[in-house]
Amino acid sequence: MSAALLYALAGAALFAIGLAGLLLQPHLLRKILAFNILGSGAFLILVGLGQRDGTADPVPQAMVLTGIVVAIAATALALALARQLLDLTGQMRLPEDRPDAEPVDD
Amino acid sequence: MKVWLTALIALLCSGLALALGAAMLALPEFVVRLPGQVTANLVDSGVAHPVTAVLLNFRGYDTLLEVAVLLLALLGVFALSHHASGHAHPSAPAHPVLQTLAQLLAPLMVLVAGYLLWVGAHAPGGAFQAGAVLAAAGVLLGLAGLLPAWAQPGVLLRGGLALGLLVFLAVAVAGLPQGELLHYPPALAGALILLVEAGLTLSIGLTLAGLYLASAGWRQ
Repeated sequence: MSAALLYALAGAALFAIGLAGLLLQPHLLRKILAFNILGSGAFLILVGLGQRDGTADPVPQAMVLTGIVVAIAATALALALARQLLDLTGQMRLPEDRPDAEPVDD
Repeated sequence: MKVWLTALIALLCSGLALALGAAMLALPEFVVRLPGQVTANLVDSGVAHPVTAVLLNFRGYDTLLEVAVLLLALLGVFALSHHASGHAHPSAPAHPVLQTLAQLLAPLMVLVAGYLLWVGAHAPGGAFQAGAVLAAAGVLLGLAGLLPAWAQPGVLLRGGLALGLLVFLAVAVAGLPQGELLHYPPALAGALILLVEAGLTLSIGLTLAGLYLASAGWRQ
């Protein structure tokens, strides 16, 4: 197994960890962090798979560079939204994730 | 959240990781060899570094739209930068040691950003790296309380935010009479890419710094 494939596999693991965090963590800050871990996993997959035959591929690298900047912008916007929610409701949780919320399914 | 639901989600995510891993291990060999194509066309791209060539020439659309996304995100943060309840966080006066250090470091960081911008044509570097260094300088100055302009962004600052996108759009449209959007004539490609990158560096630096400074409660 080449090192590049190992990066891609680690990226898949990070992607799944991030997705689980996004779904399971009720705190919004943790959700945003999990979203970033998920994104990093996707970047690692792209770059890792792009060079699995041994030569670095500049196309996925450029796409990941673009993606990192977009991820930063999205994170900043998410943080601003979360802060506004905290200011309005005093909670860093979505309404359906609050402990005092009515149970939805049963 | 219920225990069984948590367990189910954890199980599904583990399954997803395994399925992704299995798919990667089963991937066939490359059919299209992009590195070879990039190397073959590098002469016409105007720059000598393949990643910069992809970013600003072969896949210029991605970069153009990315800069637009960056600007949109900043507008969103601006719109949310006032607390809905109207309260404000008074910023504490910065320590004089921090202020002096920031004043000493900021010019050096601008120099490094300029170098990164220039070196991007033939080595790792370019507008994004240079912009990130500029943004770090901006955040440092902001933390030291030396960037009062962000409290009320004026015409100059707003113009700087939009400059990168505007220059990129102008260069993209200028190629239209020759055939297509974002098509640079090979003879001018190097100079055009440097022009676009210079505008991008300034705008990315200001935007990234603004994402932090505007949302950190500096506007009151």
